[in-house]
Amino acid sequence: MAEISLRDVRKSYSGLEVIHGVDLEIADGEFVVIVGPSGCGKSTLLRMVAGLEEITAGEIAIGGRVVNRLEPRERDIAMVFQNYALYPHMTVRENMAYGLRIAKLSKAEIEERVARSAKMLELGQLLDRKPRQLSGGQRQRVAMGRALVRNPAAFLLDEPLSNLDAKLRVQMRLQIKELQRTVRTTSIYVTHDQVEAMTLADRLVVMNAGVAEQIATPAEIYDRPATTFVAGFIGSPAMNMLPARGLGDALEVAGQRLAVPAPAGRDLILGIRPEHLHPAGPEEPGFELHVQAVEWLGADAFAHGSLADGTDLVLRTPGKAPVRERDRLKVAPDAAALHLFDAGTGRRL
Amino acid sequence: MHRAHFPHRLLPWLLVAPQLLISAVFFYWPAGQALWQSMLREDAFGLKSTFVGFANFRRVLSDPAWLNAIQVTAVFSLLTAFFSMAIALFLAVQAEKVVRGRAFYRTLMIWPYAVAPAIAGMLWLFMFNPSFGTLAWPLRQLGIRWDPLLDGEQAMTLVVAAASWKQISYNFLFFVAGLQAIPRSLLEAAAIDGASARRRFWTITFPLLAPTTFFLLVVNSVYALFDTFGIIHAVTGGGPGKSTETLVYKVYNDGFVNLRFGDSAAQSVILMGIVIALTAFQFKYIERKVHYG
Ligand SMILES: Nc1ncnc2c1ncn2[C@@H]1O[C@H](COP(=O)(O)OP(=O)(O)OP(=O)(O)O)[C@@H](O)[C@H]1O
Ligand SMILES: [Mg+2]
Repeated sequence: MAEISLRDVRKSYSGLEVIHGVDLEIADGEFVVIVGPSGCGKSTLLRMVAGLEEITAGEIAIGGRVVNRLEPRERDIAMVFQNYALYPHMTVRENMAYGLRIAKLSKAEIEERVARSAKMLELGQLLDRKPRQLSGGQRQRVAMGRALVRNPAAFLLDEPLSNLDAKLRVQMRLQIKELQRTVRTTSIYVTHDQVEAMTLADRLVVMNAGVAEQIATPAEIYDRPATTFVAGFIGSPAMNMLPARGLGDALEVAGQRLAVPAPAGRDLILGIRPEHLHPAGPEEPGFELHVQAVEWLGADAFAHGSLADGTDLVLRTPGKAPVRERDRLKVAPDAAALHLFDAGTGRRL
Repeated sequence: MHRAHFPHRLLPWLLVAPQLLISAVFFYWPAGQALWQSMLREDAFGLKSTFVGFANFRRVLSDPAWLNAIQVTAVFSLLTAFFSMAIALFLAVQAEKVVRGRAFYRTLMIWPYAVAPAIAGMLWLFMFNPSFGTLAWPLRQLGIRWDPLLDGEQAMTLVVAAASWKQISYNFLFFVAGLQAIPRSLLEAAAIDGASARRRFWTITFPLLAPTTFFLLVVNSVYALFDTFGIIHAVTGGGPGKSTETLVYKVYNDGFVNLRFGDSAAQSVILMGIVIALTAFQFKYIERKVHYG
């Protein structure tokens, strides 16, 4: 078990920088999820921690030891790959024992550890099979088992569930969470799936174009997104973003005045999550929404529409709410749950 | 499977006729001739031949010179297959590590394959001829009594070197392709599991190359057995003594030099049997040899 710290870590490929200085302190036993759109540098960052990519600048330490110059095998980490990377010519047992045999553990010890991990992951029946005789979900579990037996200082997981179908993904997600709770090994988990990110993480790193936009707990990221990118990336459907203008003691947005204090004369962006809009009372100031489409999901429904000035807006209503296509209704934001960002920098005020 | 239907019964035959014709003219006819010839005995002047059944075979199989040729062939083939594959594999692994100019490097590696066997033989002869060879003198400076024209083992070394050198390119190409088919993440996973570069090679790369290695083993054996006549002819002529006389070379020697057609034909029939066996072996095993997915 170990803490991991990244200090101003950068990565360039032939002069082109793709990771622009990431700082991250991970506590011992913490489960950190790195989430972001495709190509933002999640895998690159993880592979630098693993030692599979050289670190162009900055410093990475695992358990207080700077590992910049160390080979992967000297870092005491285990990794689960997106394609599982099981050794195709070895049985499940041999796959799991591979690292232990290299570490020169005794036969009995290896046997014992493999059996224990196999039990945790329900792999007992499969130990003598080759990877090609396993289903996707079983392969995934073997990959987890191979990481688990080594009892490393840290787990690194790169989109380990992305090759599974939706149902299995949910199942494995819960299993991974439970497993990590049991063994309490420091973990870094990379995904582009925000549900996975929100449910698994003790702490979340939201990345965009090689920059860590925000590092915080899932709740804080949801409630107080630091930038418009984070606000738009986390949450489904995405947060409504309305161009606004500060008036000192109020805010002008879509031709309306909202009684929200905002710096006078500044161009702003007002963020409102779909669930923070409600039908306005007769006296309440609100937006005239022209509903164009309604997505009904059972428990609730999303009404997609636009305002008089053409701005799109999504509203979440209870599943039984009488909102229909082509309805016109007046909606008002919950004053306590508004997000204000600077229109120029995208940063939260 | 979908069966193709032809409007004519004749058309399919016409379509395969050229291929059949070529096979007939260049394989079945000479093979038949050899088979017939192997049962005949010619008199000393080549005027008259008599049918002798399997007598030629009996004589060949009990001939110490032929048994010697088998031994020479086995040594030569094993050494050639081993060195040409081992060196090619080493070079392919090194080529994988080259980042810049990889294509250029690979192209260079492929050139020797375009050299005809006899020319390759001459090349090595010129380099290592004891009297005028460029590299013979340095060898002698190193204290080696270099004289492949008299020393059988040195002669064998030289033909093995020439034959291996020529085949390295071919093997290299296949090994490069084989290496590229191994997913990078497997080696990365092994690296994280604690394996050193050497261990990764022997426990991951090498086993996963098995289908390629097996295929090349058959191809190289066939090459060493049958396609190296030109090299041996150019470099040693089978000598000194009979120390580099392989089975194929002996067929030539007995038939075209000593004019013992019956013996020579019997030997080539035996060789034909060996080729057929090897090919059958390859077809039988290579198709279902370890297939990973
Ligand atoms: N070997 C490489 N050479 C050059 N550029 C690379 C290399 N590997 C990655 N990149 C670039 O670095 C950036 C980050 O890539 P990375 O694989 O880390 O993205 P990712 O966030 O993992 O994306 P995904 O979700 O699609 O896996 C991308 O723009 C990619 O093009
Ligand atoms: Mg990735």
